[in-house]
Amino acid sequence: MGKTLFEKVWDAHVVAQDEGAPAVLYIDTHLIHEVTSPQAFSMLRERGLKVRRPERTFATMDHSIPTRMANATDVIPLEMWGTEQATQVQTLRKNCSDFGVTLWDIAGEVQGVVHVVGPEMGITHPGMTIVCGDSHTSTHGAFGSLAFGIGTSEVGHVLASQCLLQSKPKTMAINVSGQLSAGVTAKDIILAIIAQIGADGGTGYVFEYRGSAIEKLSMSERMTICNMSIEGGARAGMIAPDQTTFDFVEGRAHAPKGDDWTRAVAYWKTLPSDPDAVFDREIHLDASKLEPMVTYGTNPGQGAGITGHIPKESELENPAHQRALSSALEYMGLSEGQAINGLPVDVVFIGSCTNGRLEDLRQAASILKGKQISSGVMGIVVPGSKDVRNKAEAEGLDKIFTDAGFEWRGAGCSMCLAMNEDKAGAGKYVASTSNRNFQGRQGPGSRSLLMSPLMAAAAAVSGHVVDVRQML
Amino acid sequence: MAEFKTLTSTAAPLRVENIDTDQIIPAKYLTAVTKEGMGLGCFSNWRYLTDGSDNPEFSLNKPQFQGAKILVAGRNFGSGSSREHAVWALTDYGFRSVIAPAFADIFYNNSLKNGLLPVVLPEDVVQTLWDTLEANPNAEITVDLPSQKVTLPDGSSVDFQIDPFRKLCLLEGVDDLGYIMKREAAMNGYEAKRPY
Ligand code: SF4
Repeated sequence: MGKTLFEKVWDAHVVAQDEGAPAVLYIDTHLIHEVTSPQAFSMLRERGLKVRRPERTFATMDHSIPTRMANATDVIPLEMWGTEQATQVQTLRKNCSDFGVTLWDIAGEVQGVVHVVGPEMGITHPGMTIVCGDSHTSTHGAFGSLAFGIGTSEVGHVLASQCLLQSKPKTMAINVSGQLSAGVTAKDIILAIIAQIGADGGTGYVFEYRGSAIEKLSMSERMTICNMSIEGGARAGMIAPDQTTFDFVEGRAHAPKGDDWTRAVAYWKTLPSDPDAVFDREIHLDASKLEPMVTYGTNPGQGAGITGHIPKESELENPAHQRALSSALEYMGLSEGQAINGLPVDVVFIGSCTNGRLEDLRQAASILKGKQISSGVMGIVVPGSKDVRNKAEAEGLDKIFTDAGFEWRGAGCSMCLAMNEDKAGAGKYVASTSNRNFQGRQGPGSRSLLMSPLMAAAAAVSGHVVDVRQML
Repeated sequence: MAEFKTLTSTAAPLRVENIDTDQIIPAKYLTAVTKEGMGLGCFSNWRYLTDGSDNPEFSLNKPQFQGAKILVAGRNFGSGSSREHAVWALTDYGFRSVIAPAFADIFYNNSLKNGLLPVVLPEDVVQTLWDTLEANPNAEITVDLPSQKVTLPDGSSVDFQIDPFRKLCLLEGVDDLGYIMKREAAMNGYEAKRPY
């Protein structure tokens, strides 16, 4: 019997496997950031350990840093930050310098959300195992790598040993066929998948997104989809590497060069699932039937199409789902049966590792060009990385955003998790291109409506949720 | 790592599904560079009113549930962020075990690495348990890891599953790193022949 993409990557990384024990799995690339790494480095110091493979470890700063700018090019100076955030940044600097780890510092040329910077720098390759103390590490699976989030204890284990103890997950094929219609994007595909399987539908599985609709997507779109695998409960999501993948990786700073490149591509071509490979579970989705999606609740599975309605409790069979709906709607200040079109919007956030790449900003700008953000709506655009920001500025996208009334920020996580000062106020509705609509995720009391960059831009102009297809 | 063998305690019911790690410990408590004191932020959005005082309506604030070492929650507990701070918050608050119909993967893993035992029980058992605990807050539950049994307030017991390797680690209070580090030779051999 053939093997799946996941099984090939898994098997290639098992260092040791005792009967009845999890596998010792080798980790090719370890990404770290300022929030989930300090306690892991403390553990190394307490036990007198070193970083086993500093050259396989890369750090950047993204979660807690401010994204406000002091002038056109720089974020505000360290002295003006929250003290604890500044301590985290300085702790990361010290840890990276003491242990010999490459750091993409906020003060340098390269920096941004860890899952945007990694692929940009060419450290994300097909067939790799990649981990980070961050659940959206699943993003890197877009390249056909096995990439998943870990806790801080495991960050320490990987630093010390370059290995992790892992039990083998199950596999789920998510087949997406058909052609997306205009105004419907990768974000809508993944929101529709999660609405179908539920926020815990993928627990215990690694997803493989496949089918004609997936093959047509760009790397940026594939990353949007794999990014949100965790929102469906899966730790990882993968897409088979193909020419689109190779073209993206080739020539980047950490991509293999010369003969290494040729050998790497030859290996990568062996990775796609064999035709006779069997998955533990399969689901299907027809992309041609999709419309723009919006979440109305407090977990990413609570989403519906723009022409749809919030469900009624009586339409749900499972009492747990009924309870989840009623508590979500109470928090959101919305009612069962309410139409998605027209939901209120106070704040628009365009950014994050889901939709903070150049293509995303281009899409949002295409709607905003020559238009004004609705009065009473506040909007910020936070590029996923400095590279995204520079390229967007070179194309004049920043001008389109600021002319429309958006704030143009430095790179970071920002209002995706509201660890810095970027918070939507209590009770405010946020049209957000990020990935989580948990209670208070975008600031205490904030209410998130997840959607695509196109839909967020359309909401900004209209002052409420609206079908972007009418504006194309 | 703290070892876990058997625990008898009162239990606090939290009748909520999909409790994500942003609720267990909101982002503003993640700015620390140590693990200490995370209990203060545990469920803070629910536990405190906007003026910072305790929310009397929140289950864990009720006098009858003070000191409970077991939390009984809805399905998909610990979803979302990989932040281990969520586990540190629960253990610092005083919990040693969480019972739920299902857990999110990363949270489940993180718990095992900190001596917090996640116990999966069937949805109907959890439902009944909520009713029992709300009616009789002094009722005690015993979670016994060696026999993989939970003894409910009415004296009946339910089995639970746990990976045998993880069970051993918890019983002995050892973490993964020692096990991995014994594989030095295998790791060197592996690194010597990478695929490209
Ligand atoms: S942008 Fe949001 S989801 Fe992505 S790493 Fe940052 S906080 Fe996490």
